[in-house]
Amino acid sequence: MAKANLNREPMAKQDPKKRGKNFNEVALGYSAEQAKAEASRCLQDPKHPCTDGCPVEIDIPGFIKAVLDDNMPEAVEILKDKNSLPGICGRVCPQETQCEQVCSLAKKGAPIAIGRLERYVADWERTNMGALNPRAEPPRPTGKQVAVVGAGPAGLVVAADLAKLGHSVTLFEALHVAGGVLMYGIPEFRLPKKIVQAEVAYVASLGVKIELDSVVGKVVTLDELLESGYHAIFLGTGAGAPMFMDIPGENLNGVYSANEFLTRVNLMKAYQFPEYDTPVLVGRRVAVIGGGNVAMDSARCALRLGADKVYIIYRRSEVEMPARREEVENAQEEGIQFKLLTNPKRYIGNESNWVVGIECYEMGLGEPDESGRRRPIAKEGSEFILDVDMVVAALGTRPNPLIAQTTSELKTTKWGTVVADETTGKTMKDKVWAGGDIVTGAATVISAMGAARRAARDIDEYLRS
Amino acid sequence: MFRIIYRETLATKIHLFKIEAPAIARKALAGQFVVIRIDERGERIPLTIADWDGKEGSVTVVFMEVGATTFRLALLKAGDFIADFVGPLGVPSHIDKFGTVVCVAGGVGVAPITPIARALKEKGNKITSILGARNKDLLFWEDKLRSVSHQLIVTTDDGTYGRKGVVTGPLKELLESGEKVDRVIAIGPSIMMKFCAQTTQPFGVKTIVSLNPIMVDGTGMCGCCRVSVGGVTKFTCVDGPDFDGHQVDWDLLLARQRIYLDEEKRSFEQWQAQMGKRS
Repeated sequence: MAKANLNREPMAKQDPKKRGKNFNEVALGYSAEQAKAEASRCLQDPKHPCTDGCPVEIDIPGFIKAVLDDNMPEAVEILKDKNSLPGICGRVCPQETQCEQVCSLAKKGAPIAIGRLERYVADWERTNMGALNPRAEPPRPTGKQVAVVGAGPAGLVVAADLAKLGHSVTLFEALHVAGGVLMYGIPEFRLPKKIVQAEVAYVASLGVKIELDSVVGKVVTLDELLESGYHAIFLGTGAGAPMFMDIPGENLNGVYSANEFLTRVNLMKAYQFPEYDTPVLVGRRVAVIGGGNVAMDSARCALRLGADKVYIIYRRSEVEMPARREEVENAQEEGIQFKLLTNPKRYIGNESNWVVGIECYEMGLGEPDESGRRRPIAKEGSEFILDVDMVVAALGTRPNPLIAQTTSELKTTKWGTVVADETTGKTMKDKVWAGGDIVTGAATVISAMGAARRAARDIDEYLRS
Repeated sequence: MFRIIYRETLATKIHLFKIEAPAIARKALAGQFVVIRIDERGERIPLTIADWDGKEGSVTVVFMEVGATTFRLALLKAGDFIADFVGPLGVPSHIDKFGTVVCVAGGVGVAPITPIARALKEKGNKITSILGARNKDLLFWEDKLRSVSHQLIVTTDDGTYGRKGVVTGPLKELLESGEKVDRVIAIGPSIMMKFCAQTTQPFGVKTIVSLNPIMVDGTGMCGCCRVSVGGVTKFTCVDGPDFDGHQVDWDLLLARQRIYLDEEKRSFEQWQAQMGKRS
């Protein structure tokens, strides 16, 4: 057997100093030569652990071989067979904990850059095949109607999968654009919005009807949808309600939830105010509370808006941070300061209700808690004050209770998540399935897509029975 | 895209739009609101629902020109479209047989108050309404509110119409008159609602207000509209907009409504520049 090539192709990124001042995409993608070079490293392992490690079961060796053979349309077909949103996944999936972690070359420290190749193929399709996307014969209509609530990653995948199987699907979205967290949460410089809309357009091209500005639970209830003729419903409403710490000063002017901050910046394009009408505060000294991807995104947005200093305040240490390693590094390269083992005690305001500082504790780590990570414990007498003029609280989110409150028989947990079977996505309510953050609490785009794939299979089986 | 079926100017800088929105018209209830976005670059703003017609499939909103978005909105005509119209949002007003209800409308507040008064009257309540505006050029819907009330008192700050003075004058008199008042609903500018709540507090009459903080999505996802009621943080868009006026932290609401004063000024200046170029 030929000696394995352990030279992983690097992917160019915008220079950190430059990119800290613009909202353009940071990662610049592979060139055709780089893509082929990386594809040539693949051992084409017949056991394909990578495919097994992929929540949507992409035939990874398959599309990689097609890239190597310079048969791009074939690569697109193989990839799109299993993944309706490859341009998105290639950018935001944590491949390092999924396919790349179990790659046959991983134990040699040089797993194939599967994510970068996926992105390459998706971007090639968008540039070269445009909106035509020549489809195989449209499937025969089954006469069954499905309502999908929420046009985020889970909803889009359920809609696409069911439409490909011949069912008539209507996607209901509360916001004025489809995409959910892909539009409002993940910033432009990580996931360009025109890519999201191109992939939404692909889903629509499969025959899915998208109803924007439709808040299910308000303009129509699930029971009314069932009564009006839908044979099945999938709930993909996500975990879009922000959590606060309930500490003094949280309602001061200048204290944002990450949801609000990111929605203003990404969805409403406040970074282009006043050409776009929605404003966002431009803090000079900004503190972002939290250690996940949302915290990294918030910090990097605040920097780009023009902050002089941006702090990440996180109560545990770096190894416990849930954010993708890559995003932590990007933030560090851009000059964001990490105040680890630090936690806010209260926000300090002035007479006009504006935040002017945070009183923080230093933290120590004790025994592991329910999450398996060492429990952060405030050190007595360690309080200090950090001068800030803006705070973004990226402490996590939980499901919006709107649907549960207006639906009979839907069982929810004490955290507000909907109870659903792990494999099939079936809820306790007849004809209603659920998947993604509404079931698991805030998680990843790809795990929502995996749950959606499984639920679509189960819904299809039910509709044909 | 949502078509403007009909538009009317009700008073100086105050306009009524009837929007084609059949799904919302079928579900709307008094006390709820919609969020609108004029176009691709527009911001999302909340507007209370002033009326609706299930048969016609229309929802009526009333707004005052106060900033860039409402100035731009005011230029639209019947037949024009707005990009987004979302609703019905918020918890509907609690309608029950309370007895005697005093409905106090300040300025544009008469628009959301009217359907609430109508629903309460239909439920068998005795409705005494107080309608106040700064001057007679800002008064509208006097007849409409009268038609859903047993008694109507009109005030203007400057005395150019009706009684001279602010709404809290007649409100206090009603409470002092000895006639039993079971409930008060007060809708208008925050400062007006605050003073109404302060007026009714010594009399122990339950006073419901409809709060109007800044909003973005209107569906509970961002927390922009958070207010403090009874010391607990609530989201106006999903927990309200109606709240117990005696429990609201008014100073916090007023402070948070000032967050974007600088940006609003900038938008207004840009608007003026754009309008200047056109003339």
